[in-house]
Amino acid sequence: MGWLREYAALPEELDARELAERLIGYGLEVETVEDAGGDVTGPVVVGRVLSQQPEPQKNGKTINWCTVDVGAHNPEGEPGRGIVCGAHNFGVGDLVVVALPGAVLPGDFAIAARKTYGHVSDGMICSSTELGLGGDGSGIIVLPGADDEGRPLEPGQDAATVLHLRDQVLDIAVTPNLGHCFSIRGLAREAADAYGVPLRDPVDRPLPVEVAEGYPVRVESPACSTFVALTVSGLDPTRPTPRWMQRRLQLAGMRPISLGVDVTNYVMLATGQPLHGYDLRRLRGPLVARQARVGETLTTLDGTTRTLDPADLVIADDSGPIGLAGVMGGQSTELADDTGTVVLEAAHFDPVTVARTSRRHKLSSEASRRFERWVDPQAGYAAARLAARLLVELGGGRLEQSETVVGRPERPAQQRVPVDLPSRVLGVPVPPEQVVAHIAAGGTEVTLEGGELVLTPPSWRSDLRDPYDWVEEVGRKVGLNTITPVLPVAPPGRGLTFSQRARRAVNAALAATGHVEVLSFPFASAQDLDRMGVPADDGRRRLVRLANPLADTSPYLRTTLLPALLAAVARNSSRGTPDLAVHEIGLVFLARPDSGVAPRPEVSRRPSDLEIAALDAALPDQPRHLAVVLSGDWLPAGPGRAAVPASWQHALDAADTAARQVGVTLTRRAARHAPWHPGRCAALLVGEEVVGHAGELHPGVCEEFGVPARTSAMELDLDRLVELAPRGGTVAPLSTFPVAKVDIAVVVEESVPQAEVEAALREGGGELVESIRLFDVYRSEALGAGRRSLAYALLLRAPDRTLTDAEALAVRDAAVAEAARRTGAELRS
Amino acid sequence: MPAEDANPLAPERVARAVEEACQAFADARTAAELKEARIAHTGDRSPLALANRAIGTLPGPERKDAGQRIGRARAQVAQALSAREQEVVAAELEARLVAETVDVTVPVASAPVGAVHPITALMDQMCDVFVGMGWEVAEGPELEAEWLNFDALNLGPDHPARSTADTLFVDPVDHQTVMRTHTSPVQARTLLTRRPPVYVVCPGKVYRADEFDPTHLPVFHQIEGLVVDKGITMAHLRGVLDHFARAMFGDIRTRMRPNYFPFTEPSAEVDLECFVCHGESVGNPDRPCRTCSSEGWIEWGGCGVVNPRVLVACGVDPEVYSGFAFGMGIDRTLMSRNNAADLRDMVEGDVRFSRSLVGMAR
Repeated sequence: MGWLREYAALPEELDARELAERLIGYGLEVETVEDAGGDVTGPVVVGRVLSQQPEPQKNGKTINWCTVDVGAHNPEGEPGRGIVCGAHNFGVGDLVVVALPGAVLPGDFAIAARKTYGHVSDGMICSSTELGLGGDGSGIIVLPGADDEGRPLEPGQDAATVLHLRDQVLDIAVTPNLGHCFSIRGLAREAADAYGVPLRDPVDRPLPVEVAEGYPVRVESPACSTFVALTVSGLDPTRPTPRWMQRRLQLAGMRPISLGVDVTNYVMLATGQPLHGYDLRRLRGPLVARQARVGETLTTLDGTTRTLDPADLVIADDSGPIGLAGVMGGQSTELADDTGTVVLEAAHFDPVTVARTSRRHKLSSEASRRFERWVDPQAGYAAARLAARLLVELGGGRLEQSETVVGRPERPAQQRVPVDLPSRVLGVPVPPEQVVAHIAAGGTEVTLEGGELVLTPPSWRSDLRDPYDWVEEVGRKVGLNTITPVLPVAPPGRGLTFSQRARRAVNAALAATGHVEVLSFPFASAQDLDRMGVPADDGRRRLVRLANPLADTSPYLRTTLLPALLAAVARNSSRGTPDLAVHEIGLVFLARPDSGVAPRPEVSRRPSDLEIAALDAALPDQPRHLAVVLSGDWLPAGPGRAAVPASWQHALDAADTAARQVGVTLTRRAARHAPWHPGRCAALLVGEEVVGHAGELHPGVCEEFGVPARTSAMELDLDRLVELAPRGGTVAPLSTFPVAKVDIAVVVEESVPQAEVEAALREGGGELVESIRLFDVYRSEALGAGRRSLAYALLLRAPDRTLTDAEALAVRDAAVAEAARRTGAELRS
Repeated sequence: MPAEDANPLAPERVARAVEEACQAFADARTAAELKEARIAHTGDRSPLALANRAIGTLPGPERKDAGQRIGRARAQVAQALSAREQEVVAAELEARLVAETVDVTVPVASAPVGAVHPITALMDQMCDVFVGMGWEVAEGPELEAEWLNFDALNLGPDHPARSTADTLFVDPVDHQTVMRTHTSPVQARTLLTRRPPVYVVCPGKVYRADEFDPTHLPVFHQIEGLVVDKGITMAHLRGVLDHFARAMFGDIRTRMRPNYFPFTEPSAEVDLECFVCHGESVGNPDRPCRTCSSEGWIEWGGCGVVNPRVLVACGVDPEVYSGFAFGMGIDRTLMSRNNAADLRDMVEGDVRFSRSLVGMAR
């Protein structure tokens, strides 16, 4: 906040939180506002060490028993306070920071006079970590004789100001369109605009005309548009970075390193222009900005040796690449403890080139983040000058008069936009003069010609390219929340589609009949299919693989919902819920052998119908499936009632329930299909088409998936079921004539499915059969082994008369005859 | 035995028979006892039946008088019987009902407790708000062509979201298909297949190469809205968001914070006024609000005016039509609406999560 105020003349009384609200309204994502140093309270003062008595302790440590002069805070009549200190990096006469009793340090560390090592320690001599100032905590802070402004320090004076301890810090996530806000300069511009106050731009001069008098530079790639090199010599490498700069770097999330490095980082934070400093002694020949060559390597500052790609832009000298342009410098030319002459580089690199290099090498840096979002191509010279000035002032160096400036930034193209466009798009009237004022405040050259704005965006903005970009620019300054909401009236809609209604109905019906919907991740492993016993030629082996799966153990997309539901059953069981009926509705992914490459047509026009067809043809089939898994008890035992175990019948019933919601009566056929029990699996059919399977799971599968024995399951292609569902339907006249009831018991071989007998009875009985219901299955020795009796109740009714006994008997005989013909059924006498 | 005593038609005998019958009926406590009394006092061998038969033996002049007397007596007995019958039936029913009393608090379920997943319920509820305004619900594939997921939406080839660090790519990568990272490709599909005016919402699953932790899921659910029509403005977007927010959360406002998305311009984040504290927890440590972390607003989603580049890529003339789009995370919405602490609970298939909101998520 203090830094921001240096460039923007914000009102004195303005609190950072209030500023944050305004900046949020301007489109800056202020995530937090922190009171830096706010966790240090109470008296923390400058002290002068008057005496220091080392005292070895039994534990092997040596402590210092000191008397420290804290000015007005000294006890009455005493020259100073007695303080025990474990550190040794100070001596008598040094100025230190003392936290007095009553002070609270970060971590709610309350300072009090306390007895330790045989003395009463009346305060604490502080290290920078103890004050929340970062650093390695290796020793206590020894202050120079004067503050950063050159005023001598006095024992007893408040140390917080000397240390620049307190400030307010805004943490801002910069969106890609506002890359200029990756600097105090850009933020100050927005803040100054928001408050209508003057801005002092740290980039105080544009890029000058080209000159080649300084360190030699050659630009061989269009990805580098400008390159400034200034040389500062005669640096005193022992000079420390002043406390205020360290503190600013630290509050900006960077670690102070050395004056040379800190100054380049500081100027980057201030201006948004990344800088790089080279140790002149380590450079070999001219600096060259060029594409990397095949096989070249570079060891970057992070110590990693990287093999370069010809698409990488590098800075090289005669020794080869010495830096990944705009990303990270190389170790071979890095600034050292004894660097006396620094060559400062301030260049402009193509955002896409930097972004690709950064991604290619998985190396993101403060510099690359800025270049990717656009750096002001006019800022290089001013930034390099600022850095040079700081090195001169703080490091005792000398700026060489000979400079190198390569390249001339292109002036952004002029644009014309209707002045009423912002009003039309925002839906709020913005008068032309206000539009002009808002745009001009951001640094754009703007005039109004007729009904058109003539616009030249500033060099630091790359996002102002399209007419609508200007709408956004005006919108964020007008304030989006000032727009009066208007509810648009849609043309009459047709409601949900049949398929959407069907899906909801199926889901609701399953829930209403006791099934719990779960959602799972659609990632799968081939092992799951193996464990389910799915054969090699099964459609569920048409797996789609992910190139970068979340887990290497599940690199595929599911082709069946069952493994995830089985996993859910196992998980619920392990969490104490063994009795389960769960279902899921979701897509499965079935690779198509013929699917090719999805095209990426031009975006400047609608793709052709052929291209659209090719987009779809590249995708796998993605039908929506429904699956149910049941385990444990369907119903637990209750008063006067035994437990009802979940069984294959519940799985079939769930399928029937689902099908009924879309008007389909499924038929079933015995099937052998993994992962089901070969004798307890039904294929589910609509007409002659199999849409799914249901039944009890194979015992081996239960074991593999760790679910209870006799777990049952159903899975069907819900999309296909809905497609096959009848639409409309008709209502037959309801006959009010009495029903005739006929019971028929027939004996058939065990291998004959009852469904065939039932169908034969129904069809043999003809139109008078209103309904037919199996009510008993009976086996006995008298019937003979391998045979069973099936008993059916038929209701007969005619639309126009009361049936006679003779008619009813005729129907019965016809029904039995057909059953006998088709299935060998014998009427049981 | 006196002669008149032997006469069944003697008035005293008739009166006594009536009296005895009525008494017997009154004494009967059950249907069985009453039946016994009925047979005894109205049956063939009952005194009044005998008297009735004796009428015929009388000489003509006496016959009429006796007939009337016996008729009255029999009617009186029949009435008493009927009245008593009703009483006994009522009493017996009463006793039976008492005897049949059950404990209505015993468990009665004939099926386990089922549930729609809260995410599904919330998604349906959200869709219904828009269907109620005449919008339609559009859907599309979850495995999508890169062009539809990125290029058509003005996310160019170098957009960072297109890296394998953010997006799940289908193997081989050069087939240029991905797991959709948002439901926005459905918007593109809609514009490619329908003529404006378009008013649709697109709900569904989306995928990110993201962490799996209490506040991040690699697979989650979004709902997006898209309107393309003549004269559509940011004001309409605000109108729809306000209506949507009120329909979901009651009488609250929304606010916009300008932001950046490639597919919209201008773009904004939309926040909900906290529907629990309505901002009263802000700067008020005595009344902290868990739902909005005492910030007064809850981040809800992103929105903006459809970038004309998107319209062009989908074959819609931006000189004629404009539009807006918005998108929200359904999982996050559920999280803040129902104070769910851990997003992972939503996807681990624990039935307790689905059951915890049975019927309440409607």
